[in-house]
Amino acid sequence: MAKSPTSFRYDYAQSPPVDQVGIAERAARFTTRSIKTSTKREGLDMVLNMIDLTTLEGADTPRKVQQLCYKAGHLHDSIPGLPTTAAVCVYPPFVKVARKALGSNSPIKIASVATGFPSGHLTLEGKLEETQRAVADGADEVDMVISRGRFLSGDYEYVFDEIAAVKEACGKARLKVILETGELATLDNVRRASDIAMHAGADFIKTSTGKISSAATIPVTLVMLLAIRDYHFKSGNMVGMKPAGGISKSKLALHYLVMVKETLGSEWLSNEWFRFGASSLANDVLMQIAKIESGGDYQSPCYFSQD
Amino acid sequence: MKKNTQWEYAPAPEAAKIAKIAKRYDHFINGKWTPPQSGNYFRTINPGNGRKLSEVADGNDADVDAAVKAARAAYEGPWGKMSGRERGKYIYRIARLMQERAREFSIIETLDGGKPIRESRDIDVPLAANHFFYTAGWADKLEYAFPNRKVASLGVAGQIIPWNFPLLMAAWKIAPALATGNTVVLKPAETTPLTALKLAEIIADSGLPEGVVNIVTGAGSTGAAIVNHPDIDKIAFTGSTGVGKLIQQTIANTDKRATLELGGKAANIILEDAAIDQAVEGIVNGIYFNQGHVCCAGSRLFIQESVYDEVIWKLKRRMRTLVVGDPLDKNTDIGAINSKEQLKTIQKYIQLGQEQGGEMYQPKCKLPAAGNWCPPTLFTNVTQSSVIAQEEIFGPVLAAQSFRTVPEVISKANNTPYGLSAGVWCDKGARLFQLTTQLEAGVVWGNTFNQFDPASPFGGFKESGFGREGGLHGLAAYLEM
Repeated sequence: MAKSPTSFRYDYAQSPPVDQVGIAERAARFTTRSIKTSTKREGLDMVLNMIDLTTLEGADTPRKVQQLCYKAGHLHDSIPGLPTTAAVCVYPPFVKVARKALGSNSPIKIASVATGFPSGHLTLEGKLEETQRAVADGADEVDMVISRGRFLSGDYEYVFDEIAAVKEACGKARLKVILETGELATLDNVRRASDIAMHAGADFIKTSTGKISSAATIPVTLVMLLAIRDYHFKSGNMVGMKPAGGISKSKLALHYLVMVKETLGSEWLSNEWFRFGASSLANDVLMQIAKIESGGDYQSPCYFSQD
Repeated sequence: MKKNTQWEYAPAPEAAKIAKIAKRYDHFINGKWTPPQSGNYFRTINPGNGRKLSEVADGNDADVDAAVKAARAAYEGPWGKMSGRERGKYIYRIARLMQERAREFSIIETLDGGKPIRESRDIDVPLAANHFFYTAGWADKLEYAFPNRKVASLGVAGQIIPWNFPLLMAAWKIAPALATGNTVVLKPAETTPLTALKLAEIIADSGLPEGVVNIVTGAGSTGAAIVNHPDIDKIAFTGSTGVGKLIQQTIANTDKRATLELGGKAANIILEDAAIDQAVEGIVNGIYFNQGHVCCAGSRLFIQESVYDEVIWKLKRRMRTLVVGDPLDKNTDIGAINSKEQLKTIQKYIQLGQEQGGEMYQPKCKLPAAGNWCPPTLFTNVTQSSVIAQEEIFGPVLAAQSFRTVPEVISKANNTPYGLSAGVWCDKGARLFQLTTQLEAGVVWGNTFNQFDPASPFGGFKESGFGREGGLHGLAAYLEM
């Protein structure tokens, strides 16, 4: 079924209610799954392969972005057979640098934040211009932020139209829509924002910018996954999920995979449909893998490059 | 990277070695392990693999008589004279010892009963300890618990508990009896006696005066000996409605008091404005918790017609993610059926449900070769007159119906001889309370199911029994006021 993002509007009143207590209970159940032996090893490889290796600092430099791009493809060469990360994620001015570093045929995607990241306070023209430039510079994916102020004021039409416009500006690039759930106050709002984003054409919905303190959590991600599942059921379209911010440990990342598997099914267990937005997660996963490969010895963090 | 992975969970078994199970257990009478007078023992089986775990004493009238005499002597002796504050210290000690040995208890509970280790570890054992903690706090405050009432203990309590929550039911029975100054003769179920006997070890370690708690093992005839014993002041029974009726007939014309917590056929009602995904979790938790061996299980599902298809679709999807198998595996959601007999009963109902026109759904699951297993089962196209919608199955079998209006669902929900529990799922507080006040059930859960707390009373209406356990109501059941 072809996707026609602006051909129908969503009836916002239809976003179903979310019971916060029930979500918390279900979320806690995922963390009691015990992931051992072959499942753990396979899961850790999957996590690495789903990471959008990220640097989003004011202090970013072209060299840092180059290093990040190299790291994305060479996570830890002393362990053969490791996957690459899914993507690198940078600010728009560094897209060209990243494209040059990765080359044009790299399996590693370039994701660029856009639309006045992280606050979203930019004119619509500015947002579209920034998006188009990032794509023209070589971005495969665009991570936009929604206008939370408009959303919270109840102007859902504006939010919908803006996402649809950015989607159009993306052209072939895949669009990730950052809801910044830490500013949405309730899980009902997270659900509604997810529904709006998907109906407006999001290829991925993403929790957070990572710039405010309440970033990705298991309950928030669960609400978004359930929205994806319902949308898939109604429209036949798959939408990806990207929790970002605050996921820095392997064990937590594996809990997320359990949640994806049990909520959406194993079709979503690939980097086409699931990503982690993270900067330090990769090294923790590498340490776990090195521990397994060496037969149980933890190694010093000094052995793992920090880029 | 491998594409299209299923990412199945590798086995993650809990290490059972730390659980010490003796080859043979005697009765625990007057603080001592006492061989049965008949010399007979019976086997207790691990329902997860069919192998024998241990053998336990088969109690007869003489064993029960010895236990009651010991309980009477303790009641007339040190325990009856002890202050509430001193009694409380012992109960706290039992609670703490139980926490210290929680892991061992949860493993044995799972081995003996077949329930998933996740449940015994996260629910049964901590909740059992919490019951002791809760009642211990009341032991020296009974006059404040019941202001302007003069309270006195009853004497010797005969307690008979079922096999679905062996340790938890022992705690529900023993803790309030001790806090209120009574002494106890308790009989655990014949298929699951081990954790009650391990509890006896803790009770011995706690230094509780001899004879205050006596544990006699055996089957129905041992229970009958307790009910019939003339020197017992109170019967507390949890089990089937049939046996409950028998007990009432037996103690008629005596001055024995009784609290009976019997069967149930709870309605779980999903209204159209409910948070559907969380309601589906509640449906699963309501019926598949502990393999459906739960007297308050939400075994009748009522779904408002506008969301019927959505709920059934989501429910089936969720059922496919449930892991059925080795109860000791930390990822198991649904463990083993408690006994061969119970499995036969459940299978009989599943057969009957199909014969009466119900549409059965069971997700595909790999079941172990040995042991007693039943996959989670859902029946749609069920009517009020279907046997599976009327009788308590005590297994993982759910009977779903749809309804259109609230008055309709209230009358359907109440159209049962039972009245233990019910659940309502609804986003509107006002409508929720309108419904809950009209449901004939001892416990009504709103937007949740199978929640238990020591401070909250639990018990039934109609043929689900009478009397309450837990909370102050549970203490009152062991007091003369």
